[in-house]
Amino acid sequence: MPQLPESKQKVKFYQTGTFTVGNRLLESDHRTVQATIDRSNSLDSGHRACQGCGEALGARFAIDAAMRATNNQLIAANATGCLEVFTTPYPETAWSIPWIHSLFGNASAVASGIAAALKVKGRSDVRVIAQGGDGGTTDIGFGCLSGTFDRNDDVLYICYNNQAYMNTGVQRSSATPAAARTATTQPVGEEPGNVFNTGKSVPLVAIAHQIPYVATASVHDLHDLELKVTKAMQIRGARYIEIFVPCPLGWGSLPGDTIKIARYAVECGMYPLIEGEYGEITAVTKIRRRVTVADYAKLQKRFAHVFKPENAYQLEQLQAIADRNIKRFDLVYREGDES
Amino acid sequence: MLKQIEGSQAVAQAVALSRPEVISAYPITPQTHIVEDLGLMVKSGELSPCEFLLVESEFGALSACIGSSAAGARSYTATSSQGMLFMMEAVYNASGMGLPIVMTVGNRAIGAPINIWNDWSDSMSARDAGWIQLFVETNQEAVDVHIQAFRLAEELSMPVMVCMDGFILTHSYSQVDIPSQELVDSYLPPFQPRQVLDPLAPVSMGAMVGPEAFTEVRYLAHHKQRLALKLITEHADEFGRLTGRDSGGLLKEYDCAGKETVIVTMGSVIGTMKEVLAEMRAEGHSIGALTVRSFRPFPIEALQEALKDAKRVIVFEKSLAVGMGGILANDIRMATRGLHLTVHSVIGGLGGRPITRTNLRRMFEKGLNDQLNRIHFHDMRMDIVNRELDREKAQRRSGSAAENILSDVGLVAAAKTI
Repeated sequence: MPQLPESKQKVKFYQTGTFTVGNRLLESDHRTVQATIDRSNSLDSGHRACQGCGEALGARFAIDAAMRATNNQLIAANATGCLEVFTTPYPETAWSIPWIHSLFGNASAVASGIAAALKVKGRSDVRVIAQGGDGGTTDIGFGCLSGTFDRNDDVLYICYNNQAYMNTGVQRSSATPAAARTATTQPVGEEPGNVFNTGKSVPLVAIAHQIPYVATASVHDLHDLELKVTKAMQIRGARYIEIFVPCPLGWGSLPGDTIKIARYAVECGMYPLIEGEYGEITAVTKIRRRVTVADYAKLQKRFAHVFKPENAYQLEQLQAIADRNIKRFDLVYREGDES
Repeated sequence: MLKQIEGSQAVAQAVALSRPEVISAYPITPQTHIVEDLGLMVKSGELSPCEFLLVESEFGALSACIGSSAAGARSYTATSSQGMLFMMEAVYNASGMGLPIVMTVGNRAIGAPINIWNDWSDSMSARDAGWIQLFVETNQEAVDVHIQAFRLAEELSMPVMVCMDGFILTHSYSQVDIPSQELVDSYLPPFQPRQVLDPLAPVSMGAMVGPEAFTEVRYLAHHKQRLALKLITEHADEFGRLTGRDSGGLLKEYDCAGKETVIVTMGSVIGTMKEVLAEMRAEGHSIGALTVRSFRPFPIEALQEALKDAKRVIVFEKSLAVGMGGILANDIRMATRGLHLTVHSVIGGLGGRPITRTNLRRMFEKGLNDQLNRIHFHDMRMDIVNRELDREKAQRRSGSAAENILSDVGLVAAAKTI
């Protein structure tokens, strides 16, 4: 057997130091979809995602959960982006569900069209998901997305948010956080990285459309992600779930840190996990053990410049954003809160 | 049934008779009346089952049709002008995926300067997009060709645009025979998609293709359009046998056989031309006309046959390839290679400029006397153009040409003379 180069990271088979309950300790009907042998493997192995890709992980869990919730009666429309490219170079496909890619900015409109076709054909048992990255959702696909919400079409839109245009080589999107380095927000000049006080929160914009269900989720808590997708599929009308999916390539992080970074993003307050229904925020995930933005940022090269002494103000400003989120969404865990 | 009816209403009724299952609608002048009427029919239950989607843009309109067509539903939308440009990415996508969507284009100019009136710039901007483009002369033909379009699109798995002159046809009232539902049902079978999104037989549609296959894929799109030439004729003939009408097909000849000079054009303008040409023939001139009904695919062989005896061809078109000249004229030149004839390119009617019997007659006579330039701008005032050119030469900040010209000759100028 050839000598393999020594891995830079220790392979870990279990998450440690989290509040995650082991799957085997749960009642069988609460166990994760991925733990069942009859999971659908909707996004199958053999695709070309990078090692440690948060998006591939999030998509696999989300779509399999949706498949279980719909008795495998599911069609997906995909925006252009990493997820589309790494899963489907003809003649190969990693999708075992009916799947269509049309354009970068129209996934939700295509999904609306599919939903209309199913309705007219009396196939309301077949459900529709649109999915895309943050660029395809918060920027170029924003008009169509708002249209789907506005009409309350029976579509679940899933945004895999890795906070930049990764497929084209890590350029800034309107979901890129302040200070982050991208190919178009380089860490140079007076305000290194992405400028502060820009960007938008599409989950909050979605809630403002007063659609039946909106949620944010993160790949560090896949059980929560599955539950939210399952809940979404039990509702008719327009729904939006945004999943926080670290991108080792774009963020300059270790592939083995994807889950940890996703957890820290939530636990520092930078990425609040919320649910909204009909225009109101109805639930938030409380932070059980708070970490600092520095803990979160230091795992990623895209934030490396904020640790330089001359940029200390940037780290402070990032912490202030996280603090504001924690206050705004009341994320502090108190004894007796549901976590 | 004969009805005195607006063009848009007639088209809406023809579309409804074709039993569309999903219609997406976005307002843009001058196609809006068509989707308004369809919306009314869906809401009242007259057209059922059908889903009517009020989308947020033309890009959304065609994208929704892409989804619904891929899911196996007969899908329809309509657009014009800026709307066509706004949906252009989806226009190419729909044909690339072989989705048999039918779309009406109420032909209108493209800005800037913004202009809501008729010319063909919108359809022409999509001429290479892989859609079939059928131009119609009258509202009767618009009705008939829409029904043929669904059959053609679905048989070939290729989207079809029915191009009708905005306002001139869409907003004009005329007597139109609306076919019966039985006739349309006997002509147009239910939609059987070539590929469909179905959980029972999952497929991946619209995936990536690299250089190793892209050329062949593009060639096949071209090849299928050439095959469409035959089908367009057959479907038009079959429809003609059912209705007794000559609608659709590749070309329509207006007494052009054996004529020395042949006018070639598309759309409704032939209506005015026919009268002028009849007058001129009565005076002894050897002049006829033909219209190109199928602009894409372009009927090269049929044109060669129709123009084989002509000495001079005058191509009249409401479109301009800026920096080049006539678009239809260029295609006609290509199609008539090897024939010994001169092709004059005449560009007119841009942005709704009226095309009258008088100005047509003047232009035809110029043509007969070999006084037309290779590119001739019909009914254009060169003095106005020169005045603006002088102004631009004299002054760096000369302002908007459109504004300046209207100050010279429009209502503002007219008011100054009072």
